[in-house]
Amino acid sequence: MTDLTWGLWELLLNGVWLTVQLTVLSALLGAAVAFVVGAARTHRLRSVRFLSGAYMEIFRGTSALVLMFWIFFVLPVAFGWQLLPMWAAVLALGLSYGAYGSEIVRGSLAAVAPAQQEAGIALSFSPWQRLTKIVLPQAWPEMIPPANNLLIELLKGTALVSIMGVADITFGASLVRNATGQSAPVYTIVLVMYFVLAFVMTRGMRVLERHAKAGVGQAPPAKSFGVRRQVTVPRQADASRDVPTTGGAS
Amino acid sequence: MSTESSTSKETKNPAVDGSELIEFKDVTKRFGSNVVLDNLCFDVSSGKHVTLIGPSGSGKTTILRLLMTLVKPEEGTIKVAGEYLTHETKNGKLVPASERHSREVRKNIGMVFQQFNLFPNMKVLRNITEAPVHVLGLSKDEAEQRARELLELVGLTEHIDKYPSQLSGGQQQRVAIARALAMRPQVLLLDEVTSALDPELVAGVLDVLRDIAHTTDITMLCVTHEMNFARDISDDVLMFDEGRVIESGSPEKIFSEPEHERTREFLSAVL
Amino acid sequence: MSWDWSAVSEFMPRLWEGVLLTLQALVLGSLIAFALGLVWALAQRSSLKIVSWPVTAVTEFIRNTPLLVQLFFLYFVLPEWNITLTALVAGVVGLGLHYSTYTAEVYRAGIDGVPVGQWEACTALSLPRSRTWSAVILPQAIRRVVPALGNYVIAMLKDSPMIAIIGALEMLGQARQFSAETFQPTEPITVIGIVFILIAYPASLLMRALERRLVH
Repeated sequence: MTDLTWGLWELLLNGVWLTVQLTVLSALLGAAVAFVVGAARTHRLRSVRFLSGAYMEIFRGTSALVLMFWIFFVLPVAFGWQLLPMWAAVLALGLSYGAYGSEIVRGSLAAVAPAQQEAGIALSFSPWQRLTKIVLPQAWPEMIPPANNLLIELLKGTALVSIMGVADITFGASLVRNATGQSAPVYTIVLVMYFVLAFVMTRGMRVLERHAKAGVGQAPPAKSFGVRRQVTVPRQADASRDVPTTGGAS
Repeated sequence: MSTESSTSKETKNPAVDGSELIEFKDVTKRFGSNVVLDNLCFDVSSGKHVTLIGPSGSGKTTILRLLMTLVKPEEGTIKVAGEYLTHETKNGKLVPASERHSREVRKNIGMVFQQFNLFPNMKVLRNITEAPVHVLGLSKDEAEQRARELLELVGLTEHIDKYPSQLSGGQQQRVAIARALAMRPQVLLLDEVTSALDPELVAGVLDVLRDIAHTTDITMLCVTHEMNFARDISDDVLMFDEGRVIESGSPEKIFSEPEHERTREFLSAVL
Repeated sequence: MSWDWSAVSEFMPRLWEGVLLTLQALVLGSLIAFALGLVWALAQRSSLKIVSWPVTAVTEFIRNTPLLVQLFFLYFVLPEWNITLTALVAGVVGLGLHYSTYTAEVYRAGIDGVPVGQWEACTALSLPRSRTWSAVILPQAIRRVVPALGNYVIAMLKDSPMIAIIGALEMLGQARQFSAETFQPTEPITVIGIVFILIAYPASLLMRALERRLVH
């Protein structure tokens, strides 16, 4: 690692900063998309549900990298829309991870007890008031753990922008590789950098979760250390975990 | 005297003559600070049918689970057919048993569970043949022959090719009995085997067990809330309360003229 | 917007080659992920800390870092250690290794979901450990998690274009090559985007149907 001069380190650290910016901006766009699409999927109008469902299926169905290529190379040629690389990257990541996020939003909205909706109706709240004042405040603590998983997937996804010439960590890594002629040190360092970012984000989300749960009067999640996160094992495995354990303990 | 039970060292059976199949000696079991079994001593002779009764939480099921090594005692020793179950002797000293040693001793013991615990991924036949083939080393043909005989005994011959989920609870429990018997155990442990069944299915299972009790010389250790069944099959009944045997004797004695106040209370509550 | 159907038909033969390579990478990657994930899951359950701890650390590390960088690592770093992989092999190994850390979690959930009574029945029948796992626990655990595994295969499909970046000519690789030669990016990239949806959407419907069937 003696070959890594201060200048090269600076390249990598600038890359870290850009990766952080990208992650935050894409997460904000993704969250906006997720809330709009997710809420729309519980809308009373069939057409709204259909359109939001179609959005989710299309953007979840295709590959984020292909979408990125499309925004970078097809949009300018076919529509004459040339975006700055950074914004094209945010758009691609936000749109596609937002589609995944919409499923989280829809799921946790649906998990709020129907009686809560009925109570809102009984109090003559408008649908919008019911959503913002009754359902969302109860639903959002439930969204945080899966949102954390998605956020880390997004962080990992930002590495794709290096292919488009956006100077993130991975882009910095290829520059350093070319400068030093060695791959092992720089790629090891870069992997560790991503891991540290993921670790910090997970810790942050856990703090957020504790606050959110305290806010709705639930017990905070157990404290634990490490980056270990619950990978979302989709519905079936969750359902199977609820199968009562038979056993003779008495 | 087939069983000798006491909770203090002074009155414990002094002569263990070797004919005892199961011997509990000063066994203590705790879960956290909760003492489930308190210095328990009792023996069961070969071929006897012993029923354990008592309020829930009194430690009856724990005895069966200790014998199956599903839980381990904090203190005391358990012998099955003269061999230590949870210990073995090494260089003249008693040390905790290896898994291999426990498994060897345990092969003498079969168990039927409250929740049947059949393997849902195997058909009835394979549920019964799996252990004889892979533990006892029987050939497939021998094991299947044995399984067919046992299925006839429990009256389920026509269900041999079904999955457990296609059977009623009572039928599943009868398969579980056949599965346990296929290992030709010396001891059969029955852990509240009818508690998870719909009331109309209980009789069929109990009939099978009565049949086995009366026609074989298998030793039975039975935890049940079916007092009529207990009266029918038991040679001895042990009344448990708070981790101790507070009273024991023939079913006639326990059910007709119990001595202990707690026994009377318990029986009047369940009968 | 300009759309040139002749470019589409010109791209078609290459598309099929790309689809074939994508599916090939997917099948091989899945096999690695299924097998290796099971190894991780069993190792993580080991009572030996010297086994469970490093495996947990390594799988967490792999799961929390980008696949693209891992592919670069396999493709650029290993040759420095005198292990040279072709782009396809590096891609398949990378996909399989990365997703094995997800399938490990799936298996773990599946194994935890097997009722404790099944373990007790195995003890009561004196079944040896190997038989307990192979005949009783794993068949039940894996059956429950088939849809979850399937969903990760679909996720892997959507990550598979990354192997184009190290030079494997799967769908995206073919599309890039075609547009570099013809200066027509619109048609090939749009077409492969649609092909991804055409494969992934029915597959995810299938998994949802499987989930429902297994739940009931």
